[in-house]
Amino acid sequence: MAGRNSPWGGGGDDGRGEDGSGGEGSDGADASGGQPEEPQSETPERKGPRNPWLPSGDGTPPRRSASIEDIFRGRGEQRRTGGGGGGPRMPGGFPNLPRRPDGKSWLPLGIGAAVLVVLGFSSVHMLGPKEQGVVTTLGKYSRTVDSGVSVTLPWPIEQVKVVDTSSFKVVMIPDNENEKLMLTSDKSLVDLSYLVRWNIKGLKDYTFRLADPDETVQEVAEAAMRASIAQVSLGQALSGAGRAQVEQDVGERMQRILDFYRSGIAIQGVEIKKADPPAKTKGAFDNVNVAQQEAERDRSQARAAAQQVIARAQGEATAFDKVYEEYKLAPDVTKRRMYYETMERVLSDNDTVVGEKGANTVLPLPPMQRRAPVAAPGDISVSAPSASDSAGAQ
Amino acid sequence: MMSLWHDYKAAWIAAGVVAVGLMMSTIVVSEDEQAVVVQTGRPVRVYNPYVANADYGQTGAGVHWRIPLIEQVIRIDKRLLSVDMQQQQVLSTDQQRLNVDAYARYRIVDPVKMVRSAGTTERVTQQLEPILSSVVRQELGKRTFQSLLTAERGAAMENIRKLLDREAAEYGAQVVDVRIKRADLPEGALAAAFVRMEAGRQEEAKTITAQGQRDAQIIRAEADAQAAKIYADSFGKDAQFYDFYRAMQSYSVSFGKGTPESPNGAKTILLSPDNAYLNHFREP
Repeated sequence: MAGRNSPWGGGGDDGRGEDGSGGEGSDGADASGGQPEEPQSETPERKGPRNPWLPSGDGTPPRRSASIEDIFRGRGEQRRTGGGGGGPRMPGGFPNLPRRPDGKSWLPLGIGAAVLVVLGFSSVHMLGPKEQGVVTTLGKYSRTVDSGVSVTLPWPIEQVKVVDTSSFKVVMIPDNENEKLMLTSDKSLVDLSYLVRWNIKGLKDYTFRLADPDETVQEVAEAAMRASIAQVSLGQALSGAGRAQVEQDVGERMQRILDFYRSGIAIQGVEIKKADPPAKTKGAFDNVNVAQQEAERDRSQARAAAQQVIARAQGEATAFDKVYEEYKLAPDVTKRRMYYETMERVLSDNDTVVGEKGANTVLPLPPMQRRAPVAAPGDISVSAPSASDSAGAQ
Repeated sequence: MMSLWHDYKAAWIAAGVVAVGLMMSTIVVSEDEQAVVVQTGRPVRVYNPYVANADYGQTGAGVHWRIPLIEQVIRIDKRLLSVDMQQQQVLSTDQQRLNVDAYARYRIVDPVKMVRSAGTTERVTQQLEPILSSVVRQELGKRTFQSLLTAERGAAMENIRKLLDREAAEYGAQVVDVRIKRADLPEGALAAAFVRMEAGRQEEAKTITAQGQRDAQIIRAEADAQAAKIYADSFGKDAQFYDFYRAMQSYSVSFGKGTPESPNGAKTILLSPDNAYLNHFREP
């Protein structure tokens, strides 16, 4: 042992310190060990004699004589060196050799430090602002600690399970892009995807009550959504107002179920992200949209036409009213004036022939092109077949 | 170190024995489990059994004793457990099929009974699953398709829960809740539903188009009626004068030059000397 200790000077001292109970005896052993060590490292030939069974036995026992304890100790060391003696045979193993005795003395310290660290870590807990922790004392629930620093008894007496209670967790259903068809009250199908936001309102219940709280949220969400959708028609499910109603309905339903389970979970919101008709029927639904637009177009055209008809009527009626007001002031004169003005205009715009009554006037028949006056404006004429009838106007 | 060992060898060994003995004769029961102490296959004690409404911290969780080697401890979940039913087809009274997915939530309330009958909670779950299946099929088969959809509300789920609970009691379990997770149409019915939906949409589209046309007609007719009323109100004041006024307008339009956009061609008008216009032509 001595031979191994000395190359490490300080290490050897530490070792001795650890072994404090050994007292004087160990000191002696070290002193004796100091001498064999130097020749050992400087003159490798002496390694031979330093065969585990011989040199250490040579060096130490004679010096020691004081007590049986020392002898025992020496033997103990001998045994140790003997065990380690296998090392020197292999030169490669030699550097490892000094470490071992160090380990012997360092090990308890290391263990002690490790234990302290574990104790420290397991009894002081830093909780983030959104976190809470459940403290169990030997398995039994003891208390709930809030965010900040808290001290508990060390592991394994007290354990803390820290959970983020404030952040909203989000469950997407379905969690892929596939179609999720649900039956509505009118036996139609709607493709729905939605998400549920929830957090923990009762950490105790959340920790101990349910075998799998997260899965429970998902299953309850599915059950609640199906139940709510089954109560509305397809039209309602697709419309915005119906959706809002369903969202609220599902949230309340989930909360009721989860409270019934005493899960400690609070549903913060349900949001329908998509409510579409099934992909296979999309064309038919698009046609409805087209029809709606067409119908709306028909209506607005009719409304425009109606406005025109009414405007014209109003215009004509007002014009008549104005003339009539004039006419009332001097009926006879006005009437006559209008008659002559009109006749004047009409007759001056056309060719006029005054035919004697009974005179056998022969008029050329006009070609049948009455509606194409531009072709030959001057020549075309229309005979007023019963000019005498116009006298009735008077 | 060595001296510590050598000096107090007996003490160390004694301490070790005591420690091992302590470890072997105590058990730590956590809040979410119940511990059944079994002696030669016979349950003798239960630690931390399920008690309804017991607050955590007031339960039997914690450290308990047992006789080492002689007594074994079986730990049983105290939490709410789940039985998931495989999807299965249910035939409603009106002969429509529906694929139903359900789950049940249960807990072990009589751990001793459970240890005797099933042994583990997994076994309980396994045993309950086919029962749940058959109860669901049986109970939903008594209902119409429409009520299957809304079965959540009805008494069906409560019936199923009661039936399952009765069976579960054999295993020391209590069924808390049964719910339909999914109710889907099977493949064939799904295609039929799509066809029906499409037909429905087509009808809807036609109806919407017809409604649009109807509305347009009504709007036009109403406008015409309103215009007629406006005319009547105005012209009705003096029908004779209207006749004259309108005749004058009409002559202007028919025999006049017309508007620049649609000009009338010149015509030849043959006037009889008797014409009123020519009254003064004959005599002053």
